[in-house]
Amino acid sequence: MTLTRVGVLAAVLALTACSKQGAETAANSTATSLTVKIGHVAPITGDQGHLGKDNENGAQLAVDDLNVEGITIGGKKITFELMKEDDQHDPKQAPIVAQRFVDAQVVGVIGHLNSGTTIPASAIYHAAGIPQISPSATNPVFTQQGFNTAFRVIANDVAQGAALAKFVAETMKAKKVAIVDDQSAYGKGLADEFEKAAKLNGVEIIAREAGDDKTTDFTAILTKIKSKKPDVVFFGGMDAQAGPLAQQMKKLGLTAKVIGGDGFQTPEFIKLAGDNAEGQYASQPGTPKDKMPGYAEFDKKYRARFNLEIQNYAAFTYDAVRVMVAAMQKADSTEPAKYLPMLANTDYNGVTGNIKFDAKGDLLNGAVTVYHVVSGQWESVATIAAPSAVQ
Amino acid sequence: MSEFLQQVLNGLVVGSMYALIALGYTMVYGILQIINFAHGEVMMIGAMVTLSAINLLIGAGVHLPGPLMVLAGVVMAIPVTMVLGFLIERIAYRPLRNAPRLAPLITAIGISILLQQVAVLVWKSNPRSFPEVLLQHPIEVFGASITGVQIAIIMLALSIMSGLLWLVEKTKLGRAMRAVSMNPSVATLMGVDTNRVISLTFVIGSALAAIAGVMWAANYGLANPTMGFTPGLKAFTAAVLGGIGNVWGAMVGGLLLGLIESLGAGYLVPSEYRDVFAFLVLVMVLILRPSGLLGERVAERA
Repeated sequence: MTLTRVGVLAAVLALTACSKQGAETAANSTATSLTVKIGHVAPITGDQGHLGKDNENGAQLAVDDLNVEGITIGGKKITFELMKEDDQHDPKQAPIVAQRFVDAQVVGVIGHLNSGTTIPASAIYHAAGIPQISPSATNPVFTQQGFNTAFRVIANDVAQGAALAKFVAETMKAKKVAIVDDQSAYGKGLADEFEKAAKLNGVEIIAREAGDDKTTDFTAILTKIKSKKPDVVFFGGMDAQAGPLAQQMKKLGLTAKVIGGDGFQTPEFIKLAGDNAEGQYASQPGTPKDKMPGYAEFDKKYRARFNLEIQNYAAFTYDAVRVMVAAMQKADSTEPAKYLPMLANTDYNGVTGNIKFDAKGDLLNGAVTVYHVVSGQWESVATIAAPSAVQ
Repeated sequence: MSEFLQQVLNGLVVGSMYALIALGYTMVYGILQIINFAHGEVMMIGAMVTLSAINLLIGAGVHLPGPLMVLAGVVMAIPVTMVLGFLIERIAYRPLRNAPRLAPLITAIGISILLQQVAVLVWKSNPRSFPEVLLQHPIEVFGASITGVQIAIIMLALSIMSGLLWLVEKTKLGRAMRAVSMNPSVATLMGVDTNRVISLTFVIGSALAAIAGVMWAANYGLANPTMGFTPGLKAFTAAVLGGIGNVWGAMVGGLLLGLIESLGAGYLVPSEYRDVFAFLVLVMVLILRPSGLLGERVAERA
């Protein structure tokens, strides 16, 4: 009995508190300043923590800059606040975090880092009408679900596959290409896109083989491929497989070049491929960092603020926040429903280059850069503007 | 022709490593009728310790010819895996010796996960490259290529297997092992120290696993905490294919599985079905010979 009374009392108190808070918010909105929450999510803990924290820092830097610049929307001075979440690059965790953002009434979300988390979370943002910009998810599916809330500021794997095919056909002048993938969503997806585009470019695909994402022995596959005499071997997968693949090619006397996507455009690949790393190719979405318009300045600012080196996507995350706020300014509203149409019509010159979206929310004319290994370092060889028609 | 020879060589290289690991499974099964699923992880620990040891030597400024460096690394890794094998038996299997057969299977899986996670803590989860101390220039043989490391793998595996056969067939310890395998209680009555024989079996199997682990890492140029899983599973398959519990069977099964995989993926099925094909062959063999190619004892012991 007493318990119930306490319960009722607590409920009443809570209600009072709520209405008090509500009154405060109302008071705030009539005042000349307003605090607006933007969500950021990436894997902050675990083996990709360094990449996730990098993205978060990029977003934080953008928010800090905006607050210093002083943004006025709808006649009110806006203070932006970054709500930071961690999805542990776990597809099961992603929707939980997404729901947390929805409940906290953020006006937009920057994230997630991985395709595997971005895609399941996107349905929740779409249902809530909250715009989502991923700085780094490249799987085509993300923007093919028909969600008007899904955007990305990086070229997708359709663009990457097309750019790689163009490079193989025009720069490497390869006639015969063998394709190997790791049967993962990323690896097989990228290999499929490459195959389609390569055929359009008049390249003959002489073999299509596959291991899985744990395979270390490619000798049987490579022996088969060798007898067909390819000029180039395309690999769709990550560095832990690409390294042994390149090594085994050399051992089998297969002298074709290896080329692939961002999965092995990493320092790790150079170590794992050993004495056959030299001269191999891999691409990365975006222009080379030294050619991005505002990169040098951004890099300096980032170092000064965090005393850290940029890992990968911080500049893309920075741009994603700024693009979102620019749309709010244009719409003169922070309400998702009102600024969303403006976001779709974005035309923004950011640190990473010009940002425009196509009808699906993909980056228009997103560039892809091909790198190759020169004396143990990745160096850019060509930047290819992806034809948007392919998308 | 040279392509066929190449596929046979590919199969022999990977098959020799399967065979070495399969010996560990089959020896333990022969004596205890349990499947030591932590065996693949013992192989991984052997490879990781060797890698660290070589890097330590390089860091300390020791400059030896490549094969000696690897040998030094292996010499440091083998005692580690021997102790590990001994401890696994003491902690996970001995207390359950008279428990239902399912209990040690569960502890085996538990130990396997434990070792993998500990390895992630110690060495981190990203793959490590094998130090470039070995020359990997291919040698041409009738149009097929093979490296010095691969020749060494085949030769070493064959000599280790012959050594093990000699141990089992000709020595006192081997006789004790065979006795325990036939009937532990009678062997005990005859004065065989059963516990000691079982411990030694684990210790020897673990040493072989360490050697196989180093071969694997040297051949593929990398090692990581999850590297033990796939070869472990394949070697177990090889042991079953050859007839689990039979030392000859493990060797034949290992080499055969390597050849089936390589020739299967090379000629018979699309490469993504390589494993499917290997297991299909296993199923067919087991339908025709339920105890494996060279397995003898069909009847379960009471």
